[in-house]
Parts: sequence; C-alpha cells; structure tokens
Amino acid sequence: MTTTDTTTKTAPVGETVLDARGVTMRFGGLTAVNDVNLTVSRGEIVGLIGPNGAGKTTFFNCLTGLYIPTEGEVRFKDKVLPPQSFKVTAAGIARTFQNIRLFANMTVLENVLVGRHTRTKEGFWSAILRGPGFHKAEAASRERAMELLEFVGLAKKADHLARNLPYGEQRKLEIARALASEPDLLLLDEPTAGMNPQETRVTEELVFAIRDQGIAILVIEHDMRFIFNLCDRVAVLVQGEKLLEGDSATVQGDERVIAAYLGEPFEGAPGAEEVAEVEAAETQAETTTDAAPGKENDR
Amino acid sequence: MTTQTTAPGIPGTPASKTATGLIGIPPHLGRALATGGGALTVVSAFLAWTWTSAFPGDLTVYGYPGGLQVLALIGGALTTLLGLSSYGVKGLRWLTPAGADGAIKFAALATFATVWYTVLAITADLGGVVNLEPGGFIAAIASLAALLGALALPFERPEPEPYDPDDTGWELFRHRLRAGRDITKATFAGGTARPVGTLPSYAEILIIVAVLGLGLTVFTYGIGTEYDELFIGFLITAGFGFAALNKSGLISQASQITARHQNITICGAFVAAAMFPFTQTDDQYATVGVYILIFGTVALGLNIVVGLAGLLDLGYVAFLGVGAYAAAMVSGSPNSPFDVQFPFWAAALVGAGASLVFGVLIGAPTLRLRGDYLAIVTLGFGEIFRITANNLDGTSGPDITNGSNGISSIPNLNILGFDFGTEHAIAGFTIGRFANYFFLMLLITAVVVLIFRRSGDSRIGRAWVAIREDETAALAMGINGFRVKLIAFALGASLAGLAGTVQAHVTYTVTPEQYLFAGPIPPNSAFLLAAVVLGGMGTISGPLIGAALLFLIPNKLQFLGDYQLLAFGLALILLMRFRPEGLIPNRRRQLEFHEDAEAPTVLPKAGA
Repeated sequence: MTTTDTTTKTAPVGETVLDARGVTMRFGGLTAVNDVNLTVSRGEIVGLIGPNGAGKTTFFNCLTGLYIPTEGEVRFKDKVLPPQSFKVTAAGIARTFQNIRLFANMTVLENVLVGRHTRTKEGFWSAILRGPGFHKAEAASRERAMELLEFVGLAKKADHLARNLPYGEQRKLEIARALASEPDLLLLDEPTAGMNPQETRVTEELVFAIRDQGIAILVIEHDMRFIFNLCDRVAVLVQGEKLLEGDSATVQGDERVIAAYLGEPFEGAPGAEEVAEVEAAETQAETTTDAAPGKENDR
Repeated sequence: MTTQTTAPGIPGTPASKTATGLIGIPPHLGRALATGGGALTVVSAFLAWTWTSAFPGDLTVYGYPGGLQVLALIGGALTTLLGLSSYGVKGLRWLTPAGADGAIKFAALATFATVWYTVLAITADLGGVVNLEPGGFIAAIASLAALLGALALPFERPEPEPYDPDDTGWELFRHRLRAGRDITKATFAGGTARPVGTLPSYAEILIIVAVLGLGLTVFTYGIGTEYDELFIGFLITAGFGFAALNKSGLISQASQITARHQNITICGAFVAAAMFPFTQTDDQYATVGVYILIFGTVALGLNIVVGLAGLLDLGYVAFLGVGAYAAAMVSGSPNSPFDVQFPFWAAALVGAGASLVFGVLIGAPTLRLRGDYLAIVTLGFGEIFRITANNLDGTSGPDITNGSNGISSIPNLNILGFDFGTEHAIAGFTIGRFANYFFLMLLITAVVVLIFRRSGDSRIGRAWVAIREDETAALAMGINGFRVKLIAFALGASLAGLAGTVQAHVTYTVTPEQYLFAGPIPPNSAFLLAAVVLGGMGTISGPLIGAALLFLIPNKLQFLGDYQLLAFGLALILLMRFRPEGLIPNRRRQLEFHEDAEAPTVLPKAGA
C-alpha cells in the first residue's frame, strides 16, 4: 500500500496527510490543549516538544481517537477522524506508547501479527473452517510480519516472548507492530526514552528508514539532539498552546522556547531567596557526601 | 549435571559447591539404601500386611499384592528403577535424562507415604499395631530406609542469605524459616532434561501411544478405586510418582515429543478416551466418565472466555443450564410446555442457539466496560437464571420450566435408530446407557477442542489474547475490542449450551438446583472456574484434567462430608501458592521457562 511510494534518500515532501485544526481538549475546567494547528505531510518528520505537562500526549490521544477533541477537528487524508481508536488505526494512523505497551505474553512474531489485524479479514468462521483462503492469508500475514521484523532487526527473535526482550528491542518491536498496520502516519511517543546514545542513534536510523518509505511521522521526544537531528519541522507546545513551529534552527534559537523549558528569569525578592536556599542546600549536601569516603570519583 | 538456580529471589548468587545430603549418611550408602529399600518394599508387597480381611483390599495374602499393596509395589519399583538408573545400569539410563537424584527423592517419598499411610490406616481402622503382620513391618521399615537413603543423596545447597545481626527474634525466625525453605527446595530440585534427539517418527508415535496408554491406565485405575483408602493411596502415589517422573525429566521429554506430533497426540487422546468404556465391566464408572466429560467440556468452553480473552465469567454454568433447559423442552418430555420432540441435531442447535442469544444479551451491554463489571454482571446472571427457572412454575409466573421440580422424564436419545437408553454389544463388550452417552459427549468434546484450537491459533484468537494482555494497546492496533470480546463470550456461551443439550438427556431431569454458583457437586460456576485455573489457563488438556480431578476427588472422598468445600478451598490455596500457572502450564509459560534455561545463549546477542 504505502511501499509503492518513492524510496529516495531525499524523500520529497508529499501531500498533507494529517491536518489538525484548532484542536482544543478540556477536562472539566482544565484546558489541556488549546487551539493547536498542525499539519504533517507524507515523507516528513515533524517533532513535537514541550516541557512536561504541556499537553503533548493529550494532543496525541486526540489524534488517535482515544479522546475526541472538545473543539476543532482532526482531518486525516481529507476525512474527519472517526471517534474510536480502532477505526483510526484502520484509517491509517499507527502509534507507539510512551510507556511500552506490548502484549507481554505473546511472542515477538505474534505481536506483529496482531498489528496486521486491520489489514486482514479472516473472521471466526474462516478460522474454524480453515479453507484455502485462510491459509493463504495467514501465510501472507506471517511473511509480511517477518519482513517487518527483519526491517527492525528482530527476525532472529521472532519466537521469543515479548516480555523477555531487552528494553531497546521492545521499543523496536513496538515500532514494527505499528508498521504492521500499514499506516500513512506513524505517531511515536518518546521513542528513545530510557535509551543510551548508541541505541538512540540506531532508532534515528530506523525513523529515517521509515520516512523513506513515504510514511509521515510525528514524534514526541525530550531528547533535543534526537529531535533536531531528525525533524524537518518542530512544533513547541507550552501549557497546551502551540508556541512556535519551524525548522530546528529557528526553534533552537528562540528565547521563548528556552524560557519555557528553563523558566524565565524573575526579578525581585523570591528569586534571590530561592537561590540562597538552593546554595544552602548544596553546601549541606556537600558536607554530608564528603563524609562518605571513596565517593569523590563518582561526582 | 546442571542444577537450576534454586533461589530466584537472589539473582546472581552462585550456588555453593558443597554438595551434601540432607541427612548425614554417606551418599554412596544412601544411594544403596534407597535402591535396596525400594526393592525390599517391592518384595514386601507380596507378603501379608495384616491378618484379617477386615481392612479393605484383602492384604492378607502371601504372594499376591492386593489394593494398596499394588500402589506400594509401583512406588517401590519406581524407586528401585530410578536408583539403578543413577548407578548407570545399561538400559535404564533413559529413565533419568535430567539426573536421578531429585527423582529418587520423590519416588522414595511416594513409596514411604503410600506404605506408611496404609500401615497407619490399618492400625487406626483395626485398633492397634498388633494387627500388622511381619510383612507390614518390613514394608514400613524398607520404605523408611528408602526415604532416608534418598534424603542422604547429595544436592547443591543454596548460598545462605546473609542475615542482619540487628534482627530481632521474629525477623531471625523468619530468616531461618526462609533458609529452611530454600534448602528443602534445593533438596528436591531436579536438573534440566537433555533435549530428545530426533527419533524415527514411528518410534515417537509409539512413545505417544505408550504415554497415552499409561494415562488411560492411571485414569481408569483412579476412577475404579472402590474404597476411600485406596483412592487416597492412589492420589499419594500418583501425585508423588508424577513429581518423580517430572524431576527425572521424562515428562519434559514426553511433552517435547507430543509437541512435535500435536495432531496425532490429540487424535490418540480421543482414541484412548474412547477406549475407556471398554475397560469397564459395568456402567457405574461410565457414569463418572460422562459426568467428567460434561464438566470438562464446559470448562474448556469457559477457557475460551477466561483463558484466551481474559473475561472473568462467574455465572458460566447458567449457559449450560439454558442449553439443558432448551433441549429438555424440545425433547418430548411430558413436563415440557411444548409438545414437540426434536431430533438430536435440532435439539443441539436449539440448545446452543438459546445460550448464544443469552450470551449476546448479557455480553452486549457489559462488554463495553472494562474490568470487574463483567464478573459482577455474570455472577448476577447466573443467579437470575436459577431463580427465574425456579419461579416459572405456573404460580409465580407462567408455566414454562415447571419450577423447582424441573423438567423430568426426559426420554433417551435415539440417533439413526441407535437407542441410547439400552445396552449394546460392541465387539463382545457390553456398552451400557451411560457409555452410549459417553461416546456422544466425547464427540461434543472433540468439537469443542477443535473450535478451541482453531480459533485460538488465528487472527481472532490473537486478538483475544491481545485484549487480555493490554486492551488499550489492542484497540490501538485496530482491534474492535467490543466485537471481538462479544464473539468470545457468545462462543463460550453456545459451547456450554451444546454440552447442556447432552447433559439434559444424561441426567433425565433438569432442575434449577443443578446450576448453582457454588455447591458440592460439579459442575457449578465456581468449580468450572477452578477447573480452568487449576488445570492451566489457555490450554486444552488443563481444564480437562482439572475437571477430572475436581470431579473425582469430591466424588471419591465421600467421608469428607461437610468439609468437602473446606478441603477444596485449602487445596486450591496450596496449589495457587506453589504452582500458580496450573497443573498444565500454557505454551507461553513453557516458552518462558524454556527461555530461562537458554538465557546464556540469548544474552550475548542482546548486548550486541
């Protein structure tokens, strides 16, 4: 379906797949996401950053049908997104989760096969009667799943239980499972959380490879180096509102972004008091740690 | 010999290299003692153990073991064989692919427990030790010697946990208790079985046949035990004997072979089950057989709902009741409000269909919710069904179910001129009424097994497991959670209804009191769930074995009387504490253990 697209290195930006217009999400009195506009196009990697609690994941959930936006609408390939998450997946949006949500007691291969669910049709009677169509579809699914495992480098572990994979491979498996539904848009929720720099680089390569297949990618991440290496565009979300959108250089250089992450320099007494407090705490911490011998090298 | 890590609580602690026995007898002496003790027990089984035949089983005859002596003989023989195998006797090495020591300990324990149980039972029943003949004393001493010898066999002691010198008395006591437990565990630990080499397939099939034959023999013996003492002795011997075979690695090797020929194993198991009525001389035990099959089949249906899709259904027996009532109403019974007599295939469809309708009615509003709501609603449904059936008697409501008297005098089935109510002679064997139904029920069981296997290993089955594992993630994978859950729920319901149609004919009468939430007689919802959990969730053989045990034990141990449910509860707690995955662990669980054993070969790859 999607693999028919050009697989050039440059991956020209194609038509817009995702178009979120004025998305607002309120929980009671709390506005978690306020009037956010965002577009993602085929063959493009868009980053979504913001401090904790900025509403990134809420926005993600609006895109995947877990939440229905209070106001505004999300259009996917020129159609308004259906309100249930399984229909969203069928429409062509796949996602991974911030805290890995694999099917822990299924094998690696079975996890990917579950991802194929929307692209296969065999129902209950077909499974019971086992006609030739069933075997054909099952074989095709397995083949495609193995291809995907090959793609993320887990083919050799196809028969292992998902729970027994090391952390980095679980992340990869989640991506493979998401790809199995043949999406046009892949949403990655902190794909490198908890990874070491080496693993992060491998993930980076993987994301590029997925982009080159013509799949649009929207990624939430806290690792700034990862985001700025990867993304064609970056949107910054602060307190539920989109502060800024632009290429890496623009976002990196913007003072407001830095302020959002580190806080604005205050004027007046409270700041000075706090600094004094912190200093006092630090000196105290030093005296206690110095008492423990052999710890100097650790710092 | 590799020894499994015995204390998983302290990873990375290497087992200490000092290998000594639990008892301070030199190991070589212990081994000889165990083997010799086993052999002597075998001999003693041919002696008289008591002077009077007042004790059931007639243990007074020289030269011919009777009743409990046979069990002692089996235990002793097993101990001896395992002992000889541990000496490396040619031709017996195959017995202990995972090392003999752990197996010998369990075999000796089996012998000791059986013999001493018998001896104590004789003493208690007949009033005093004087009632024992020399043979009884010899058996007792021989089996004790075997056990002591076995306990002297060396094992790798676990590294003792370092204890905190500041511990108070209570903590110290707990620490000692923990250490004691670790040592006991290590004493009985077995190794990992070496994998079976590829045998020619005819040999593997022969092995499967032998295993199934053994299973049938053990099962038939268990059903045929005529008095309480023998059944308890059977449970002791079978339980510890199974543990011994498990530790010796034979079980794991057998399961490797059966896994290679799954279809043959399943067909063979059905053939073996079909042989069961032929091993019985009267219809008494075929009754037990058919009730076990009904119970097991319904448990297997529940396993789709609970084991695969993870939906806790506490009122499952109601679907069996719906099917049974539906079949009873169209059976031509005089108590039925409908004056019709459907052929069996139509009645089966009506029964399954009625359950299906109720399954959808119950499932549709509740399956949209997550978590425990379903459990509460199904629990309620189970009770509503029973009370409604009680009230539809013409006075409290319309006369449909004939109230608490139920629908009685359900005529026997007659399929293609084969009358299920009369005896038939097949190949020289007399097949009675219950045996006829046994064959019919076996067919239904086969259908349920087929549906379970095929649906479990398909797109829909994977969706069920995915929903069970993580519903949010499953929805995000495009699975229509509600639809898929409803299919599982309705399927489970209609399979129970199908079993109910046969049950109605087997029991002659359907009454509301057959379909309780919990009661002393299976099947009821609590026992069904227990059979699934105890046998092993998500497996085929698990619920069947669980159902067999749960039916046989209360059925055989009548003397427990009012304490049956208490004993059942205790047994369940103990089992869940020591074997939470159930008697037959799921393939996924097995894989987990499998990978534990292979961990070293997997880890380096992961690092790269």
